[in-house]
Amino acid sequence: MITTLRAFMVKELRHILRDRQTLTILLLMPLVQVVLFGYALRSDVRDIRLVVVDPSPDYATQELKARFTAGRRFKIVAVAPSFSIVQPLFRQGKADVAVTFDPDFAEHLESNEPARILLAVDASDPNTGTTMQTYAAAVIAEYESELKQRKGRPVMIVPEMRMRFNPSLESVNLFVPGLIALVLTLVSALMTAISLSREKERGTLEILLVSPLRPWQIIVGKVLPYLGLAFANVLTALLAAWLVFHVPFRGSVVLLLAESILYSMVSLAIGVLVAARTTSQRVAMLISLMATLLPSSLLSGMIFPIASMPRLLQVISNVVPARWFIIIARGIMLKGIGVTYLWRETLVLAVMTMFFMAVAVRSFKPRVA
Amino acid sequence: MRVLRFLLRKEFLQIFRDKVMLRQMIAMPFIQLLLLSSAATFEVKRADLFLTDYDRSTMSRGLVERLTGSGRFEVVGVSASAEDANDALLRRKAGVILNIPAGFERDIVRDRAADVQLIFNAEDGALAGVTSSYAQQIITQYSRELGATVHPAVTNQPRIEIRRRGLFNPDLDYQNYMIPGILVQLVTVVGTLICAMNIVREKEIGTLDQLNVTPIPRSAFIAGKLIPLWVLALIELAVGLAVARYLFHVPMRGSLPLVFLAACVYLVAALGIGLWISTLVDTQQQAMFVTFFLVMIYLLMSGLFTPVRSMPVWAQWMAEVNPVKHFIAIMRAVMLKGAGFHDIMQPLAILSAYGAVVLSLAIHQYAKRAA
Repeated sequence: MITTLRAFMVKELRHILRDRQTLTILLLMPLVQVVLFGYALRSDVRDIRLVVVDPSPDYATQELKARFTAGRRFKIVAVAPSFSIVQPLFRQGKADVAVTFDPDFAEHLESNEPARILLAVDASDPNTGTTMQTYAAAVIAEYESELKQRKGRPVMIVPEMRMRFNPSLESVNLFVPGLIALVLTLVSALMTAISLSREKERGTLEILLVSPLRPWQIIVGKVLPYLGLAFANVLTALLAAWLVFHVPFRGSVVLLLAESILYSMVSLAIGVLVAARTTSQRVAMLISLMATLLPSSLLSGMIFPIASMPRLLQVISNVVPARWFIIIARGIMLKGIGVTYLWRETLVLAVMTMFFMAVAVRSFKPRVA
Repeated sequence: MRVLRFLLRKEFLQIFRDKVMLRQMIAMPFIQLLLLSSAATFEVKRADLFLTDYDRSTMSRGLVERLTGSGRFEVVGVSASAEDANDALLRRKAGVILNIPAGFERDIVRDRAADVQLIFNAEDGALAGVTSSYAQQIITQYSRELGATVHPAVTNQPRIEIRRRGLFNPDLDYQNYMIPGILVQLVTVVGTLICAMNIVREKEIGTLDQLNVTPIPRSAFIAGKLIPLWVLALIELAVGLAVARYLFHVPMRGSLPLVFLAACVYLVAALGIGLWISTLVDTQQQAMFVTFFLVMIYLLMSGLFTPVRSMPVWAQWMAEVNPVKHFIAIMRAVMLKGAGFHDIMQPLAILSAYGAVVLSLAIHQYAKRAA
């Protein structure tokens, strides 16, 4: 019993090790992703390119211009007397914000009439647009409040903003837990589905089925090597995140690894299920892409917060295993919490594993129709 | 020429015979647009606020009222214990803790300045960042209001009035921004992935060897493979654009032919990458993984999700040689900003150069491998 199973697993391992290209990519992928997410994917807004429309330059507009250039955030790319310059620059993507002064700006300031400024931004990207607008408005507001202070101190409520668990809002800290989920999904679900359906496509599955191996042994033999591979991937990703980007590990590493294994089992079960229900590699691939990878990256909260989604998608996200795993992984890594806080999510994953395994084993008929 | 015609017929027959594939290709634009455009958003709906108010004064209540009245915050719990608040944050019951210290009102009246503390659950970094800027705005606004009521003497002051305008997307609709990019992703997947898989499949089944021993010239074979997929990807784009226009009401301010012109050029590059991948691998599984890997890097570095200009300098250089980045820039400029040919000349030129280089490299590589 055990020896046949072991022999089968050795065969499977050879299959994996022989395909150097896939193996390299599987081992490289988490590293490259950690590096990309760590270095390149930031959403902080810097080097805002500013157009100043100043129909009648005076000391106040000069002062404000100087303030914009004094900070590091803004760079004035053009100064013009009329607004017509703005549209073409925006269209070509050469400027981001336009500050337009009303004529006689300084006179208005002195006469206690409101002095007007129009802040136009390229809002085609609404998030960046709003942020840039806020930054520009802050520079103006600071100037205004300084002017006011010369006449008497206004009331100030000073909010102290603290970002718990991720004080610098480093995106790599947030992405690493999601990345682990993604890599585990990719290796466990996708690879299992493809490799099982390949045996089906080539007819070797029938040969396996008439062998003394029982169906569950075939599944276990197929699945275990991939579990090992997935585990190696998690370790490399975590190591890279820890060594290069100093992603915090506030909670227990052992718990995180145990939860990773639990999550891999859900993914593996889904992979087996997909393979059992499909006939060709290509269909298996497409379906597992649609059913696992897409929801794991989009509906899991990895990049886009679930709270921002429409109600329906929020409901759907409940059946995406990655969602629960990401809550767990972030909880352990960033918040340093343990099972007392995470038992509910763990239970959800465990129930999902059991459900998908039961369905998968049932659909994996010992006969190929 | 005759040979090419036969090959084209064969390819189209094969494409249209594979019903599963075809169904997927038609369903893909709908699913992707629906899912991505509504899921891929950082829009902040409402933050769950946990309140620890040690002041319990008119002014502290006023502050909470302003926060909840904005519709951006909802009080989910009130307690006098910091422990309860912390627990709510750990359990994800609350996203923000507002901590108003005792003496808040007294400090405002006496010193004209008071502190409050806001603690965010920064597990969702983007969300926490945006929420904090909303809170900042509301609190600043409230300070001004208090200033007017507490010290009405200080009103005759210089004032700057800021009017804000968002060009091209005044409603700040995130979908308008995402959908052009998602369409690019869609054609990229069709162009690159299906191209690579299609050729590798012939390899795997062994029909590629058969084709190689026929008198079909290599150029005809490659053209026969690439042209149908090129057409298919353009059809896919047309379907996607129609869905975007009529289902999501994404504006099309520029010219439609210009979008297709850019797509035609871009697809040469995308198909070239697919062809190149197909020369490197032997099985469909490998083709998929290599393509997936490359497309992932291309997409992540393209500015689809995070702005290119926020990246470090080396990554911005990498993005310059990334065809996906340029095509996304063109799509967004033409669709949202109404850019004309003149405005997009530079990225279009880069795309053409890129396409020419990649395609000739791929053909060269293909010829070498098959020989």
